Amino acid sequence: MYVIVVGGGKVGYYLTKSLLERGQEVLLIEREPRRYAVLREELAASVMLGDGSEVMTMLQAGMDRASTVVAVTGDDEDNLVICQVAKQRFHVPRTIARINNPRNKNIFGRLGIDVTVSSTEVILAQIEQVIPTESLVHLLTLRNVGVSFVEIEVPAASPALGRPLKDLGIPDDCIFPLVIRREKAVIPYGETVLEAGDQLIAVTSEASEATLRHILLG
Amino acid sequence: MKVVILGCGRVGAYLARRLQEEGHGVTIVEEDSAALDRLGPGFAGEIVVGTGIDEDVLRRAGIEQADAFIAVTNWDNTNVMAAQVAREIFHVRRVICRIYDPLREEIYRELGLEAVCPTLLVADHIHEILAGERGGGAS
Repeated sequence: MYVIVVGGGKVGYYLTKSLLERGQEVLLIEREPRRYAVLREELAASVMLGDGSEVMTMLQAGMDRASTVVAVTGDDEDNLVICQVAKQRFHVPRTIARINNPRNKNIFGRLGIDVTVSSTEVILAQIEQVIPTESLVHLLTLRNVGVSFVEIEVPAASPALGRPLKDLGIPDDCIFPLVIRREKAVIPYGETVLEAGDQLIAVTSEASEATLRHILLG
Repeated sequence: MKVVILGCGRVGAYLARRLQEEGHGVTIVEEDSAALDRLGPGFAGEIVVGTGIDEDVLRRAGIEQADAFIAVTNWDNTNVMAAQVAREIFHVRRVICRIYDPLREEIYRELGLEAVCPTLLVADHIHEILAGERGGGAS
């Protein structure tokens, strides 16, 4: 498995380093010569100088044999183009884009990017754990298979309280791998009864998300 | 026709003035307010300051009522993304974008964008001029 990371900022650097530590074949592409020189000190041959949204750079990087491309530059438009070109020209099976403006998530999905990660959204989700404004938060969306990882905080007025999970009419394409209850992880099963304040991690198809919201949040 | 133009560089400003003189409704979107000087004092179209890949900015520019959207900033990737937002989210009937990189232009043509590549246009034109001279000399 060959991974190409585009954008040698902090995210790209630590990602590349972590992948290398796991023995992964990885190449980081950085556009800025001065930043490249710094990265080169530490990452040696695992970093390449070039504009990762240029087809010529992609060819030199061996994009045609990459199994995953991760675009983590600070510009959403660059991340979009990198992933689209990787898919259209080089048939890379999996493209992951960092989104800086969370509102771009929708358009990235529509334009064929497999996975989007928004640090703004993740941080927002953390804040919302403390100040609950939205009880259902998207953690990760795998657009190509139509599946989302969501976190749901069970409100005091939830219609799902007091009954075991198996009796709630949860759709088949929706599972709960984890419940966080009073800061402890609980693996739920059919007999588990939800309590107000539980944080539920759910894996759900996009189609069933509205049903899930209805069952748990009313 | 109502036209939204993204990017007030030389091409954007010229096109905005020309379309407006022809009687079209023109809105120009530009991030750098200093660049708007290129429009000259006579420009009577609308001006929106902001980044063109932001849906709110495009909405303010009236993209929902636009017949055409033209992306001519100096950045290929910005033009590509803005054009796709115009097409996929706002369903603008006519979307044209400038892409300097010929290889990227080819890819986005394959993906159905109407793209113009100035690099190829100029190179082809110069080549034609040269070929014409050679042809003239031989006859």
